Amino acid sequence: MSFWESFQLGLREIWAHKFRSLLTMLGIILGVSSLVAMSALVKGMERGAKEALIAVGGLQKVRVEAAEVPVEQQHLRDQALGVTMKDVHALRSSAPLVTDLSPEMRLPNATLTANGKRFRPFMCAGVWPIALAMSEHVLAHGRMFNEIDDEQARSVCVIGTATRDELFGSPEELGYEVIPVGETILINRQPFTIIGMFQHYESEQQRKERELARLEPQRVPTGPDRRRGGGRRGGNFVFWLKNATVFLPLNTVWIKFRSGLGASPDPRLSTLELKIADVERMNLALQQIRNVLMSTHQGIQDFSFRTQEEWAENINTFIRNARLSGGIIAGISLLVGGIGIMNIMLASISGRIREIGIRKAVGANTGDVFFQILVESVVIAILGGLVGLAASYGLVQVIRQLSPTENTPVITLTAMVLAFGSSVVIGILAGLFPAFKAARLHPIEALRYE
Amino acid sequence: MALLELREVSKVYHLGGEEIRALDGVSLDIEAGQFISIIGPSGSGKSTLMHILGCLDTPTHGTIRLDGMMIQDASPRQLAAIRNRKIGFVFQFFNLLPKLNVLQNVELPMVYSGISARARRERAIAALRLVEMENRSKHRPSQLSGGQQQRAAIARALVNDPKIIFADEPTGNLDSHTGEVILELFRRLSSEGRTIILVTHDPEIAAVTPRRIEIRDGRVSEKVDPRLAGLDRLPTGTLPVPAS
Repeated sequence: MSFWESFQLGLREIWAHKFRSLLTMLGIILGVSSLVAMSALVKGMERGAKEALIAVGGLQKVRVEAAEVPVEQQHLRDQALGVTMKDVHALRSSAPLVTDLSPEMRLPNATLTANGKRFRPFMCAGVWPIALAMSEHVLAHGRMFNEIDDEQARSVCVIGTATRDELFGSPEELGYEVIPVGETILINRQPFTIIGMFQHYESEQQRKERELARLEPQRVPTGPDRRRGGGRRGGNFVFWLKNATVFLPLNTVWIKFRSGLGASPDPRLSTLELKIADVERMNLALQQIRNVLMSTHQGIQDFSFRTQEEWAENINTFIRNARLSGGIIAGISLLVGGIGIMNIMLASISGRIREIGIRKAVGANTGDVFFQILVESVVIAILGGLVGLAASYGLVQVIRQLSPTENTPVITLTAMVLAFGSSVVIGILAGLFPAFKAARLHPIEALRYE
Repeated sequence: MALLELREVSKVYHLGGEEIRALDGVSLDIEAGQFISIIGPSGSGKSTLMHILGCLDTPTHGTIRLDGMMIQDASPRQLAAIRNRKIGFVFQFFNLLPKLNVLQNVELPMVYSGISARARRERAIAALRLVEMENRSKHRPSQLSGGQQQRAAIARALVNDPKIIFADEPTGNLDSHTGEVILELFRRLSSEGRTIILVTHDPEIAAVTPRRIEIRDGRVSEKVDPRLAGLDRLPTGTLPVPAS
């Protein structure tokens, strides 16, 4: 008997028991759809996390921070100055694996005032002009301060859209966009002129939503407003942090706010951001940086490194765990579906012993019967798999309705192929034993069976 | 050479340590074109003999030659192929598949001999015409009378043009008139030159065949009706002498 004929035979058998077959398929349908939906959710999360990772500046970034001196060096604690400008110059001249350096002097508890409104940004820091490129900032309006501004310690600043939104009003509230370049604001009661503003940072998802809202302005949002919360315009925290950044020239901060930073002979930095030449040689570069810093710090280990690699690693671990647990759940449900198929096939053959006897009497051999039952089981699994793929799309929509996330689930072809493939494999595995049992029947006993 | 030759065929079953000889040293020759009945009471070994003759089972001892091939040691796969091409079965309970219509039922043996769908259809219709059932080809078995079902089953047995047709109590589930019609059909098929073996417990039915093989306690004896036998050639020498 040809495969096509067996396939038709299987379909006919399934059609003859529609309800029973549907119930049997349900397990496979659930398994396949949950596998695809789960992987779509994880894929969405992965994309969101990758976007955020790129937004903070990629893997080549290393951050040097001041740290508590180790226990065995406690007696040298008063000699520890932390990371200073001296380190910057030393690294620049002696660490060839470091391509860019961006020292950062943060103003803790900086308060911005303008128009009678107050705003505490996430970060208000004195930096070099290179910080623009290092932190993956893009200027949308005005200009970045340059070396001359820094050298002369001019009172200028570059702000992000979050600051603008809080002090001058957001485009959503006003209906038009304010570009506060040229305005003067007070930073810790000192006047600064805004000379530039970054572009608005947001995830792909947020951008799409915003565009949709613009296209359908008449739509009144129903239910609780999810966009509240400290004036953050909803969305991904990482992007908000980036929007709530204020850059000042490093020298300006050093000169104007020196007293607030704890005076020391050498300008003390809160952090030092480095960009290394090659991610592949990260460890080598770190060793080089450590060597230089140990020399400038006279052997006192009062600094530590932080790389994005850790974060990327965390994201990967999280994604891997989500994928694994989702996969296990979907796998169990596929397995249950497979057991359901095996169960129904066993019931089906014990109701068809006579039929098998007749087929054998007219010339069906063991292989023919085996193949017939196996194909029937596979056909159930294939139909279940196809319905499951269709259902997965609906399932993703339902999940999105129930818990909207920042990360749109992405149904991937790989997940679909994998889910469908495993449903076929399950069908084969579930059919093997019933097919073997049916094929093994002796024609005489099968014919005699009542 | 006879179409079917049995030499010292025995079939031994073991039931709870007890040895049961369902067939005990049976030797038989069946020539092509013969119309034969195998008659015996239930438990006589009649069914076992039919199963072995019909290649549904293999003997414990002895040899069988069918159409020049020794088949006593054939594998299940080979037996299936022999059943498919050389043997047609007609059963007491018709044994049509209820989910298939008459035409599909008749096509069934050809499905397993790898004949193309078109040729299958033509041959199935031809076989149905032989039993005058061509106008019922789209009916399900459940929509047919017993006699019609049995005719469809005979068409199925004929469709692969087998060497031998086995009919196991073919009238056992029919009223006497319909049974008569079915027996007449067998007689006609026999007159067309087919080899037919009727298995029955009923001497009246056995009376229609020229050659009768009686089986009792696993041993066979023959009766030949000289009026019906015509030119039937009797294998001699190996047969036990009839009791009367």
